Amino acid sequence: MRPLTIQRLFLQCAALAGILFVVVIIALKAGAVEVSLFALGRDLIRVIVHHGGEIKSDYGLIVMNIRLPRILLGIFVGASLAVAGTGFQALLRNPLADPYVLGVSNGAALGAILALLVSPHLSMLPTVADLLTPLGAFLGAAATIAAVYFLGRREGQIDSTTLLLGGVITGSFLAAIIMFLMTSETGSNLRGMAYWLMGNLSTSLQSSVYWILWIGFLLGAGAIYTTASDLNLLLSGEKEAMHLGVDLPRVRLVVYIAASLLTGLAVSVSGSIGYVGLLVPHVMRQIFGSDHRVLLPTAAFGGAIAVVIADTIGRTVVPPAELPVGAMTALAGAPLFIYLLRRRMA
Amino acid sequence: MVARQTAMGALRSSGEASRANNDARLSVEQVSYAYSPNPTQAPLFTLEATSFQARAGEIVAILGPNASGKSTLLKLIAGTLEPLSGRVRLNGFETHSLTARTRAQRIAMVQQESQLLFPARAWEFVLQGRHPHGRALRFENATDIAVARNALAQVGAAELSDRWMAELSGGEKQRVILARALAQQPLLLLLDEPTLHLDIAAQVDLLHGLRHLAVENRYTVVVVTHELNLAGEYADQVVLIQRGKCLRVGPPGVVYQRELLEQVFHTPLSVELGPSGRPRVNVVADRESR
Repeated sequence: MRPLTIQRLFLQCAALAGILFVVVIIALKAGAVEVSLFALGRDLIRVIVHHGGEIKSDYGLIVMNIRLPRILLGIFVGASLAVAGTGFQALLRNPLADPYVLGVSNGAALGAILALLVSPHLSMLPTVADLLTPLGAFLGAAATIAAVYFLGRREGQIDSTTLLLGGVITGSFLAAIIMFLMTSETGSNLRGMAYWLMGNLSTSLQSSVYWILWIGFLLGAGAIYTTASDLNLLLSGEKEAMHLGVDLPRVRLVVYIAASLLTGLAVSVSGSIGYVGLLVPHVMRQIFGSDHRVLLPTAAFGGAIAVVIADTIGRTVVPPAELPVGAMTALAGAPLFIYLLRRRMA
Repeated sequence: MVARQTAMGALRSSGEASRANNDARLSVEQVSYAYSPNPTQAPLFTLEATSFQARAGEIVAILGPNASGKSTLLKLIAGTLEPLSGRVRLNGFETHSLTARTRAQRIAMVQQESQLLFPARAWEFVLQGRHPHGRALRFENATDIAVARNALAQVGAAELSDRWMAELSGGEKQRVILARALAQQPLLLLLDEPTLHLDIAAQVDLLHGLRHLAVENRYTVVVVTHELNLAGEYADQVVLIQRGKCLRVGPPGVVYQRELLEQVFHTPLSVELGPSGRPRVNVVADRESR
């Protein structure tokens, strides 16, 4: 018997944080413009102690104004999608569930696009307008997961195959609507459909949006984490979990809303990036076990690491062109999805 | 074990019944249930008013053919189904009106084999039984670990602790599932056909273990089963159900009458008293008339 202790959880998270740090340094260095480690360290410290204005070199400006925000965005998106995926997998009792596969990402993208289309016609304060896109994405995500959940239910039980199929169909339906809106609304200042359907981290955001993102992440991930032990019990079935004292309607509501929030925020700034929420929890489960008290935080770190690596490869593999990060995660994730699906059926 | 028969006057009011049986821990009072897929249709399935009582340390077996309403009755006792009429009380509290958490502190349910979504070790599985006793995000403390260890030892599965659940045989898995229920430290232990996938040795082991546990830990045990002989051997009371109707409640020696069992199970049977004074049922294969 080796029950979980806070110390062990802390050590595991610290190790992953260390890996993330190394990955971030490599990602800052890599790219069309080479930067020395020394210059990088000096400029990083300047940013941390709020003397960013002292950075003078062009290289420094490239790193701090282009690469660093992009990496921070990657960390946020990866962590959000991985935590949302972990929550969906436990709640839907399906190891192949993920915001992208379930169509939730496309729902969020559609919600965000609708918000962008509507916002010029409303007169609002700029700060409220900033909130409108993430809000639209959240509502889109929440509506989609509710629809897919009811599609996947048969005789009061969730049917895995129906659920996945329902998600995939819903996703492609929503993608078609997105394409329709994109082609018919050419005049508006929407980014291209590839952005929403494939995912991209090259957006530049105002700093107020970063605050919204990180507060949203803490709220959403924190809410899911409060249900960690309930999710553990759900591994052996909904009825059994109820007999062990899990308040299932509450857990379901908390996880659906929080996971929709995380997915919506991530999609509203990066489009739909696939397979992170599927692949990362699975790898972390192999390494750290299925205890959600460990799995949720390690998946957050793992998602951040995975997206930053994928994006770094995407922007360095055929310079100066850039592959969208969603294409990179799909290249790695789709074969793994097939592998998992085959192994489950064997 | 002295067989006890609880007087079950159907006309007696529940208030009188509880006064007359102050030591009854579980009291099922005129509980009925009806299931229909939509409210305008006539119910597809009904369970007519059923009553019995059980004390601490007693084993009650719910017996009957398939689809007779045994599992429904068990769910009503567990409080997960709301009775159409009547009530189920555990130490005076109505089981249906307890919160999921409080219910799980008092009632443990062992269901037919469940499938785990992701791999877990036996000890992790047993520690889940401590969930209703902790706060939402609590890490298991020394008490939880001691209780889980003890639960595994009580079902003779201490050596299975570090094995993966998926690696265990049917009998081993059933013992670990039982250990998880014990880790809940319940007052009432409910089992839904626990012997279903077990071979005969494992069946006897399980029932024998239950007998010990009921006495040692003062559990009240209610078990749904098809096994007439195991129930006859180990139960203090038998509740015989056929097509949603409770036919008889009492000690096996009283309930096990040839005509009654033949009528319920539609099979020619013979009933004899075993050496322990407990009834033994045999299927009569060569009889022509049914």
